[in-house]
Amino acid sequence: MSGAVPAELVAKLSALKTRMPSYTKDEIQEVVTEMLSSMEGDLSEMNLKLYAEVESLARYIVSAKTEIAALRPDEIMSDHIPNATDELDAIVGSTEEATNGILQAMESLEGLTAEMDPAMAEKVTEAVTLVYESCNFQDITGQRITKVVKALKHIESKVDALVAAFGDEISKYKAAHPTPEKAEDPMSDKALLNGPQLAANAGKQDDIDALLASFD
Amino acid sequence: MSVDMQMNILIVDDYKTMLRIIRNLLKQLGFNNVDEATDGSMALQKLRDKEYGLVISDWNMEPMTGIQLLREVRADAKLKALPFIMITAESKTENVIAAKEAGVNNYIVKPFNAATLKTKLASVIGNF
Repeated sequence: MSGAVPAELVAKLSALKTRMPSYTKDEIQEVVTEMLSSMEGDLSEMNLKLYAEVESLARYIVSAKTEIAALRPDEIMSDHIPNATDELDAIVGSTEEATNGILQAMESLEGLTAEMDPAMAEKVTEAVTLVYESCNFQDITGQRITKVVKALKHIESKVDALVAAFGDEISKYKAAHPTPEKAEDPMSDKALLNGPQLAANAGKQDDIDALLASFD
Repeated sequence: MSVDMQMNILIVDDYKTMLRIIRNLLKQLGFNNVDEATDGSMALQKLRDKEYGLVISDWNMEPMTGIQLLREVRADAKLKALPFIMITAESKTENVIAAKEAGVNNYIVKPFNAATLKTKLASVIGNF
């Protein structure tokens, strides 16, 4: 057992013995060795507990990675966010176009006031002014949407980092859960609910008229 | 002292519809000499090329914002006394304080109405 005691400790015990001569070196060594043995036992137990905690944590991380991979953050990057920003850009574009149309009409109306009797001209000008004031909404709406687009771009950058960190897990998940081919009937009620299309994808009235005419 | 209704007014906003609205409202008030710029740097160039009696500027624009334009105007020996009205959706107290500290003459919060525009104009350039 004495072989397990480090030489440095033995030296310290010898030094201690010179200050407390009533104890022999062997007695002190035995007490200390027993104490160390007892501590080794505790340390092992602690280590075991620690290993168990680390193992549990590792299992939790693996589980979390799998769950995150199952959320398919790569799809958020490739589809959802770009689609959302495109739709928001389309809102800004269409409200601007509509507002310009309204302003054009009001300017034309206002131009006619010179040909009206003064009382009528005043009433028309008041109404036109109200429309001008109401058209403020386009600027405010545009600024709000710009803020949302910025927020989406921030989320996009965070998700991008997530995809980079979990790339392997996502690949594994995709391999294990391939996306089924869209077998849905394109004429089903659900498939026909797509809302307004972006300008590039939207059907033109002429094309629709031609299609309708083809049924005749 | 009467207001020069022929004065050149520069309106600055990155939204074309807002420029159009302000131009039309100014026209209703009798001001027909109105030029437009879509950001601070374009506005600053116009201010250095032509004499203006008033600037009405938005705040949130790129690359040069309205507050930056205001600071440039106040730092320019020839332009520093030019009346400057901020017209913006930025309505926090801090914004108003910053604009005032930069030397703004008045401040209009969007959305605004014609009556507010007229009142603020009168307070800056005098009754008309």
